[in-house]
Amino acid sequence: MPKQSPIPDELDRPFWAACNEGRLVIQHCTRCDRLQHPPEPTCAQCGSADNLEWRQVSGRGRIYSYAVMYDTPVTVLQADQPFNIVVITLEEDPGIQMLSHLPGTTVDQVPWGASVQVEFETTPNGQKVPEWRVVG
Amino acid sequence: MPTKVPNAPESWYRTREGLGIWPHRGKVAAVGVGLSPTARRWDGRPETSVGAWSILALRKAMEDAGVSPDQVDGLVMAQDTATGSPWPPGKPVPEDFLTTFQPTDDPLDGLTRLSAEWILQNTPELTNVKFTMYGPGCMSNAIVVAAQAVGEGLTDTCLVLKGWHNLEGRYYVGQGAAAEDTIAGRAKWTTGWGTVACYPTAMHFEAYCRKYGVTRDMHAPFVVNSRKNGLLFPEGFYAQHRPEPLTVEDYLSARWIAKPASLLDNDLPICVSAAYLFTTPERARDMKQKPVYILNHASDRIKIRSVMPTLEETEECAASNARKLYEGAGITANDLSFEGMYDGFGQFHVFHLEGLGFRGVKRGDALHFFQTDISIEGWNPVSPSGGNIGSGRTRFWHHTDAIQQIQGRAGKRQIWRKAEVGVTGGPFPYGGNFTVWGATPG
Repeated sequence: MPKQSPIPDELDRPFWAACNEGRLVIQHCTRCDRLQHPPEPTCAQCGSADNLEWRQVSGRGRIYSYAVMYDTPVTVLQADQPFNIVVITLEEDPGIQMLSHLPGTTVDQVPWGASVQVEFETTPNGQKVPEWRVVG
Repeated sequence: MPTKVPNAPESWYRTREGLGIWPHRGKVAAVGVGLSPTARRWDGRPETSVGAWSILALRKAMEDAGVSPDQVDGLVMAQDTATGSPWPPGKPVPEDFLTTFQPTDDPLDGLTRLSAEWILQNTPELTNVKFTMYGPGCMSNAIVVAAQAVGEGLTDTCLVLKGWHNLEGRYYVGQGAAAEDTIAGRAKWTTGWGTVACYPTAMHFEAYCRKYGVTRDMHAPFVVNSRKNGLLFPEGFYAQHRPEPLTVEDYLSARWIAKPASLLDNDLPICVSAAYLFTTPERARDMKQKPVYILNHASDRIKIRSVMPTLEETEECAASNARKLYEGAGITANDLSFEGMYDGFGQFHVFHLEGLGFRGVKRGDALHFFQTDISIEGWNPVSPSGGNIGSGRTRFWHHTDAIQQIQGRAGKRQIWRKAEVGVTGGPFPYGGNFTVWGATPG
């Protein structure tokens, strides 16, 4: 389904560049050995900006929870209502979340706790975004 | 009047556990209440603008307390008057509004926002206001700020104000960034996916139902009871404009917004203003109404780990908040006569109640508790004001009701048991500002 195209900024440009290469990267503090997402200028735990790097992750995760959107404010999504918005947690760290429309899964038939795999969907301006599909 | 009105300093908010009894416990009292009429939308007349209705609410609060305007030396308020109802770009501000009131440098001041400067310029009888401060966002915040200000002796007769406007159109839908083909900033991770304001709560509630083996229909008695209570609030929107009770069937058949949240889990945006008069117990002795003592305030500043707060983060935040409230007031959950925690979105109340441990409700228990007698006639009155569900979106009905309950003048909403201690606040179970009110100083 069509999405708004993300406009990368200084902070998250490596994330979106990696998406365009078919890779999922997450900000990682080497001092705390801790992932964080969404990206921040500093580590939320130690406050340092000097130890942040981008770490590639497996692209595997699980479904945490969801709701079904029937009345979205976003104009480009309204034609596809109702649709799932699912909270995905990463295999490497269940504290790290991403949202997904869960392509390939029927609306409101979201399999609770299921394993998912990232894929990359191209948005209208060419920027790819991470999407997730149920596997197994 | 100060040239620039500040927001309250962060140090005023009691955001941590272990702070002990609030130093100003029982040394601040709410006395007067003033409410404007309500309307679904602004009708374009200057005299029904949020500015005009806020002035009206202030005057009513002073009259209710029996205080003359020259006795007032403080004003604490929220500047924001809605969260999703912007003035249409390019639309001129009505000339009669600009000529009726003294404008500030922002022509929308008094229409879609409200500054202390605008209020004081247009309420000329407030001649002695020396202290002004913003408690941004909600009345819940302004109450905390005003309580702290009176407690610290910065003002001893302080008006507390919150106004709401609502224009034509739908909240957020197709507006601003939502209407664009591209998305920038932090919205890339959240609203760009199509989430609506109630999405996080709906998502939590879905997780909650799974975790505890409960179902959404068990939430219906709370919504029905809240509207029933709201219809007993003569100043409320539904009592004034749509005085029909809700049924379980109404709730279960309402259209979805973000399933499992429906239209009736979302509150109705309205126009209305409320004001309270806070003072010291000494000054309250000479006022018209019985003082309601503030026993503590507490605030949440949750740092969520990732994109959305999780159910677990929400539950822990609500529980921590309750511990802060009880600790600073020197009470336990058993001391609560009633609770008036925020309900707009309706499912917030589940997490607030469980966090409080109201009537022994533990995690996963709230929907079962809603199957018992939660009415104002029973021992366990839940949201006796009816909250936003009962009277429209304000985030202040529960505060108003708490003052009136303890004063014994809640009218038909008066709870059957003696109202001695109540707790109110919001908005979120994962972030907000909360107050403990008492019939005695503690």
